[in-house]
Amino acid sequence: MSEIAVPNRKSSSLAMLTHMLRIRRMEEAAAEWYGAGKIRGYLHLYIGEEAVAAGAIPCFGEQDDVVATYREHGHALVRGVPMNSIMAEMFGKASGCSHGRGGSMHLFDASRRFYGGNAIVGGGLPLAVGLALAAHMQGEARVAACFFGEGAVAEGAFHESMNLAALWKLPVLFCCENNLYAMGTALERSESQTDLCAKAESYKMPALRADGMDVVSVREGTLQALSRVREGAGPVFVEYRTYRFRAHSMFDPELYRDRQEVEDWKRRGPIHTFSARLKAEQGLTEQEFLALDARVMAEVAAAVAFAEAAPFEPVSTLAHNVVAEDGP
Amino acid sequence: MKTNYREALRMALREALASDPRVFLMGEDVGRYGGSYAVSKGLLDEFGPERVRDTPLSELGFVGAGVGAALGGMRPIVEIMTVNFSLLAMDQIVNGAATLRHMSGGQLHVPLVIRMATGAGRQLAAQHSHSFEGWYAHVPGLRVLAPATLSDARGMLAPALACPDPVILFEHVRLYNLEGELEDDPDAWRCDIRSAAVRRVGDAVTLVAYGGSLLRAMEAAEQLSDEGIEAEVIDLRVLRPLDVAPLLDSVHKTHRAVVVDEGWKSGSLSAEIVARLMEGAFYDLDAPVARVCSEEVPMPYALPLEEAVLPQPAKIVTAVKELMGRK
Ligand SMILES: Cc1ncc(C[n+]2csc(CCOP(=O)(O)OP(=O)(O)O)c2C)c(N)n1
Repeated sequence: MSEIAVPNRKSSSLAMLTHMLRIRRMEEAAAEWYGAGKIRGYLHLYIGEEAVAAGAIPCFGEQDDVVATYREHGHALVRGVPMNSIMAEMFGKASGCSHGRGGSMHLFDASRRFYGGNAIVGGGLPLAVGLALAAHMQGEARVAACFFGEGAVAEGAFHESMNLAALWKLPVLFCCENNLYAMGTALERSESQTDLCAKAESYKMPALRADGMDVVSVREGTLQALSRVREGAGPVFVEYRTYRFRAHSMFDPELYRDRQEVEDWKRRGPIHTFSARLKAEQGLTEQEFLALDARVMAEVAAAVAFAEAAPFEPVSTLAHNVVAEDGP
Repeated sequence: MKTNYREALRMALREALASDPRVFLMGEDVGRYGGSYAVSKGLLDEFGPERVRDTPLSELGFVGAGVGAALGGMRPIVEIMTVNFSLLAMDQIVNGAATLRHMSGGQLHVPLVIRMATGAGRQLAAQHSHSFEGWYAHVPGLRVLAPATLSDARGMLAPALACPDPVILFEHVRLYNLEGELEDDPDAWRCDIRSAAVRRVGDAVTLVAYGGSLLRAMEAAEQLSDEGIEAEVIDLRVLRPLDVAPLLDSVHKTHRAVVVDEGWKSGSLSAEIVARLMEGAFYDLDAPVARVCSEEVPMPYALPLEEAVLPQPAKIVTAVKELMGRK
């Protein structure tokens, strides 16, 4: 997509910057508490990719559905899931957004139409198609936004979902976060066709690309795609070109990529480039930026304190929430 | 030699790749990444990308390709990261690999080895922690193995590759770091893939376990021994076809049995074992056969809940004492 000017509304720009900072600081804390053994299991950090969630998710309305993957802390946070309940979930506590049953990979919030939190690669796509089918059949104007990594395009579930959504003209926004690697497997080592938009087009689905390191490009691309979906002509595919700065999860020795490559991408980091732009173009001052960061850090500290103090669910209720308590 | 379970698996893979040009390893991130549980680390450098082959995220696709390659004369070893993801490939395994010999009237056969991680204990929650061994053990046409010791980790791959039919090898995630001694003499770990093994001799009760549950059963047996109860522990090793004779022999001696399984109880492998004991050892039993399995809940993330789900040694000890009328 072409270069787009920063929208000349300091408040919406600040909101996007705030989202990105909240994700970054929350995840830095999560990594620290993982190191301390308070967070366990798999922890997939989104650091480096914040512009995508921060730019895209605010475009959706409350009525829309959001489906994400196991790398979804940022999506949940921007969608409005309170940081306390995300952190508590990572700590496995009963006050977490999945009551400690899910952990980092399985964040859910039904009240915000946030459908997780899926750790089966490609598993969320058919779900989004179904959500959109329901909206369609109910005559409701909801859109299902489905986030997934470029690794998922190799799964059969991707192709089946793309086809169904296009065939039935369902209101799905396929949001592909192309961070170039699926664990250790680079895109060109797993796909014969690395042009992901071409795959979408082969299903006769409009496709566009946004710079996933630039929150403004993400926002503009998402709005453009979303308005086409809302017109009712069927699904749209957006590829966000982005990069994860951290390891795939906490167990990854990163044998598959050069340090230099990571450093090069870090220079395009979404937070420092955008804040520099706001300073240059919208008069954001360094003091304002630091004050914002301090507020975010305080929020994170409070979330950690909340998560630490929160109780685990007692083992006595282990059998709850497997089937309906008042079922047949 | 001092080693661990993961290393033992790797030695077996290395030997297989070095000794038979038809053998190759494929799966998600087995090469550059080194394997999601680091089992194949280093093999890419030794054998190159043709024979240590990274695949896209396409479980159905590459397991199916493994079936085809086996039909075509190769000896593929396909790694699936974890049993939960194998469900995406279930069609190729159950409708494909397991049936081709039969459907072709014996014209075809599928000498394919599929390895996968299974089980819980690392707080990986409900899409990475289950034990579906029993589902595969249900299917005629498959042979299902559960190496639970270093020697089986080292020894089972060769006979699996020599087997003319599809073999599934389950590696429990809690075992990967298991340390111990492995004899240098291959005769010490060379093994068959037919028989169950007695891992501990006792006369008071028979504990039946496999894979990750074997460690728990052994631990329980030690605790029971402190209280004067000597349990015999049987490691099933082979989940299909089940080797029932050693179980019957053991129960003939002990008159009591407890089946330990990380799978759920309902419709399970543990249920099958109990049924086999009813069929073959009913008149030897002094008490109903008991089971210690996972609670019937998808695996929770939180540590206290995960621990509560699993068949811990303490639960096994309690079950044994109940069988024996002891507190
Ligand atoms: C069906 C399935 N196969 C394999 C995995 C293991 N796995 C977890 S994340 C991942 C990489 C996915 O990459 P991508 O879709 O690009 O997303 P990213 O992690 O880069 O955000 C893999 C292979 C899985 N979770 N599910």
